Amino acid sequence: MESLHPFSLPLSELAEIPFTGSKPKPTPETMHFWEGCKNGKLLLQRCPDTGRAYFPPRPFSPFTGNRSVSVFEASGRATLHSYVIHHREVPGFTPPYAIAVVELEEGPRMMANIVECPQTPEALQLDMPLEVVFRPVDDSISLPLFRPLKEGA
Amino acid sequence: MAYKPGSVAVVGAAETSRIGVVPDMSQIMLHADAALNAMADAGLQPKDIDGLACVGQMMPQQIAHYLGITPRWVDGTGVGGCSFMLHVRHAAAAIAAGYATTVLITHGESGKSRVNATPRPPEPESLAGQFEAPFGPAGPATLFPIPVLRYMKATGTTHEHLAMVAVVQREWAAQNPRALFRERVTVEEVLASRMVAYPYRLLQCCPVTDGGGALILTAAERATDFPAPPVYLLGSGESVETTMVSQMEDFTSSRAFRVAGPTALKMAGVSHADVSHLMIYDAFAHLPLYGLEDLGFCGRGEAKDFIWEGNTRPGGKLPMNTNGGGLSYTHTGMYGMFALQESVRQVRGTAPAQVPDVKISVAHGVGGMFSSSGTVVFGKERP
Repeated sequence: MESLHPFSLPLSELAEIPFTGSKPKPTPETMHFWEGCKNGKLLLQRCPDTGRAYFPPRPFSPFTGNRSVSVFEASGRATLHSYVIHHREVPGFTPPYAIAVVELEEGPRMMANIVECPQTPEALQLDMPLEVVFRPVDDSISLPLFRPLKEGA
Repeated sequence: MAYKPGSVAVVGAAETSRIGVVPDMSQIMLHADAALNAMADAGLQPKDIDGLACVGQMMPQQIAHYLGITPRWVDGTGVGGCSFMLHVRHAAAAIAAGYATTVLITHGESGKSRVNATPRPPEPESLAGQFEAPFGPAGPATLFPIPVLRYMKATGTTHEHLAMVAVVQREWAAQNPRALFRERVTVEEVLASRMVAYPYRLLQCCPVTDGGGALILTAAERATDFPAPPVYLLGSGESVETTMVSQMEDFTSSRAFRVAGPTALKMAGVSHADVSHLMIYDAFAHLPLYGLEDLGFCGRGEAKDFIWEGNTRPGGKLPMNTNGGGLSYTHTGMYGMFALQESVRQVRGTAPAQVPDVKISVAHGVGGMFSSSGTVVFGKERP
């Protein structure tokens, strides 16, 4: 039997595979986001003037410059906005694999991988519903990834 | 102080003597080779240059010293492959302000052979290092095409439409002896080429090459004293958006394009119908579609048909990317200089695939995925 692509595996099995890709290094302005991921929470920030959520993290509103922003936990639901399926070897990744951008229910978009899903154009339909999962890669970093939203979830 | 349309002109323009694979020249020598050729084109020596622009941190110092230039105005704007469009714009303003009389803009890049090339280390603390790099992108071929599927869905653009961009540009390249790829291709052949990053196959991605180019600008009052006919700068525009392609406001349109392009055309006071020749930086096959629409040459979603129907090919009503483009001519990593060079050749009437009677040429550039943009409008006559 052909072995499954790592991104097709259940998250629990993917999490067993050591991550050898590029690890993020948090800064003071993004530390809360990565702390959140470690604790299984996708944290966004909200502009106090417009009420709009934004990403990536920064301690002021990109819409008005107001520094009195709040941090809140996102629903974790998203849709698949766009992607490529890369066919070459990259450290830490098994080709072919999708590099995707998802649109969060709250509005912001973020890059991610789509897991528990075949890495094919047929399986990866634009606007398909997704939900966030977290892949621990070391003691301090868990990467936010997305998987197809299960029926009835 | 703003420059007036036509008050500044290109009086020297040249590329490196060789282009494509040039392993016997380091990156700084590619700058110098192009600069020496441009100075020869203008009948000038380094002592005649008093303004210098080149891309990136510490580069103006390195190039000034290497070439023996003592500038009294410098610009190190480095916003990716369209930096040279911004240099032209900034140089014109500097000339109008009296900061310099004769500005040299240089580009050299050992993109293929990597001799003394600028390293691009990923910074894991940068926003892209934190919020893009962990998900496996590996250079422009994996990042630049990320918006394409969304664009296709929004506009009804097909894989065949995107293949046709490469087909048409190869028709132009076939007429250009310096082009890296000169063999004609079909839509079927493009779609049968090796998959790089779905939806893109090899022939929809630019090569990576060695080469360079240089421009010399001066005030229009002096411009007729040089050997080559002047190419007047009628207008220019610039903008930036984000270095993270995932954070573009709209995946089907570039905000930076929508600022830079119309700013340049408005300043030049030209309508789309006045433009007889167009260069749109094409590192990948979708860029001409975004450019045609964001600059207003086509309506929303119409660029695919505009190209498919032959409007941009040899003999078409809007010849575009007539050197073969980044896809077929050359792409050192920062192609904008080569788009400008082709616009200058077309206005001078010296291009290998010369379009008859080019009066107005637009060169539109992109940089760092969709992170930046610069647009330049050149004219044969001084308004």
